[in-house]
Amino acid sequence: MSANNDTIGRTITVTVLLCVVCSVIVSAAAVLLKPKQLANKDLDRKSNILTAAGIVDANKSVEELFSKITTKYVDLETGKFTTDVPAKYDAKKAAKDPVLGKVLTKDVDIASIKYQAKIMPVYMVEKDGKLEKVILPVHGYGLWSTLYGFLALEGDLNTVIGFGFYSHAETPGLGGEVDNPNWKALWPGKAVYPEGSMEPALGLVKGSVDTSNPNAKHQIDGLAGATLTANGVTNLVQFWMGANGYAPFLANLKAGGA
Amino acid sequence: MSQAKEVLSNPVFKNNPIGLQVLGVCSALAVTSNLNTAMVMTMAVIAVTAFSNLFVSIIRNQIPSSVRIICQMTIIASLVIVVDQILKAFAYDVSKQLSVFVGLIITNCIVMGRAEAFAMKNPPGISFMDGIGNGLGYGVVLVFVGFLRELFGAGKLFGYEVLPLVNDGGWYLANGMMLLPPSAFFIIGMFIWLVRTFYKDQVEAPEFELAKNSKKEAV
Repeated sequence: MSANNDTIGRTITVTVLLCVVCSVIVSAAAVLLKPKQLANKDLDRKSNILTAAGIVDANKSVEELFSKITTKYVDLETGKFTTDVPAKYDAKKAAKDPVLGKVLTKDVDIASIKYQAKIMPVYMVEKDGKLEKVILPVHGYGLWSTLYGFLALEGDLNTVIGFGFYSHAETPGLGGEVDNPNWKALWPGKAVYPEGSMEPALGLVKGSVDTSNPNAKHQIDGLAGATLTANGVTNLVQFWMGANGYAPFLANLKAGGA
Repeated sequence: MSQAKEVLSNPVFKNNPIGLQVLGVCSALAVTSNLNTAMVMTMAVIAVTAFSNLFVSIIRNQIPSSVRIICQMTIIASLVIVVDQILKAFAYDVSKQLSVFVGLIITNCIVMGRAEAFAMKNPPGISFMDGIGNGLGYGVVLVFVGFLRELFGAGKLFGYEVLPLVNDGGWYLANGMMLLPPSAFFIIGMFIWLVRTFYKDQVEAPEFELAKNSKKEAV
C-alpha cells in the first residue's frame, strides 16, 4: 500500500469503480438467474399444494400430478367463482392494488395481513364430476414473518386433509416447528367448523390436546416455546375460514352453486 | 509451490479457523443438522473465501488504506449475493434449508479475517489458495459435526438410512438433542480437544491457576 493511494481523489475513484464493477456483477447474476429461480418457485408452490392435498407419488413428476388439479378463482365477497381475472394474476401483488385488493380494518384483520386480494385462487381436485378435495391458500402474520401456506379440505368442505406452510421466517426450532412433519400430521381429520355453523372453531391450544374434550376435533397441539407463532397460525386459520375469507365460498359450494 | 501447499493444508488442521481461531462458530451451529446442508454451505464458503481473497489481492495495491475494510466488504457482499442467487437457481431445496445463513456468510469472520490478514499482503495466486484452504478448514469442521449430528440425531447419512430408527421398526433410538443447535457446541468442543491432542502447541498456557479449595462450606 503506497501512500499516494490515500489522497481523497484516489479514494473516491477506487471506491466508485469498485462499486460499479460489483453492482454490475450482482445485477447480472440476479437478472440472468431470475427465470430459473421463478421456475423453481413455481414448482415449489405446486409441490406444496400437492403435499397439502396429500397427493404424493414419487414416480410421477410434480407437473404430471398437478395436471389433476384445476385452478379456479373465487371472488371472496360474493363467494362465487369468477373468470374475470387479469392474466398472470398474482394474489400477493393484487392485495395492495387499489382496484384488485382492499384494505382490512383493524377489527376484522385478525391475521394482521392489512391488505387482502378480492380474488383468490383455489385448487380443486375432482373425481367423476364430484368434488374430492379443495386446497385453499392462506397466510397471516406469526412472530417475525408472514406465513404462507395451504389448507386442504375434503369434499365435505369441513374435514382437513392437510396443512402446511411454504414460506415463513419464524425462529428455527421454535416457531419454525410449523414445518415439523410430526406436528403437521396432527391436522388431517380435524374439523374446521362446528356442526351447522360457518364460524370456524379450528385452532391451536396451549400444550397438548385433551382427547376427552368434546372440542378436541377442532384443536391442534400448540408449539412449545412459540406462543406467538401458534397464535398467528390460529388467527390466520380463523380469518381465512371466516366470513372475510372463504366461508361464503364454502357455504355456496356446499349449497351446490358457487 | 511448497508455499501453496502449505497455505492450502495448514488451515485444515494445524490452524483451523474454527478449531484454533474459533471463528465462524455461529453458522457452524445452524447448518450442520445434516450432511447435505453442511456440504453445500462448505462449498459456498470455500467459493466466497477463495474469490474474495483473489479479488482483494488483485486490487490490494489500489485500495486506499482508509477505506480498505469497506472495499473488502463490498467485494465479499457481492460474492455472497452471487452465490445465494446461484443456489436459489440450481439448488432450490438446499437454499431453502440454508435460508438466511447463506446471506450471513457476509458476516462470517473467516472471510473477512483472511481478506484483511492474508490477501491484503500477498499476491493473487497464493491468496486464492489460502481462501480455499480456510474454506476447507471451516468445511472439515462442518462436515465432521454434520456427520455426527445426522448419524446420531436422525440415523441417516446424506438422507440415507444407516441406523434403522425405532420409529420405523429398527433398533436405534434417535438422540433428539443432536438435531438441536446446542449439540454442535459439544461436538465442536470435542473437535478442538481432539485436534489439540495431536497438535500440543495449540494448547494455551493457563491464564491462572485455581486455588485449592480449602474451605468446607455448609451444604
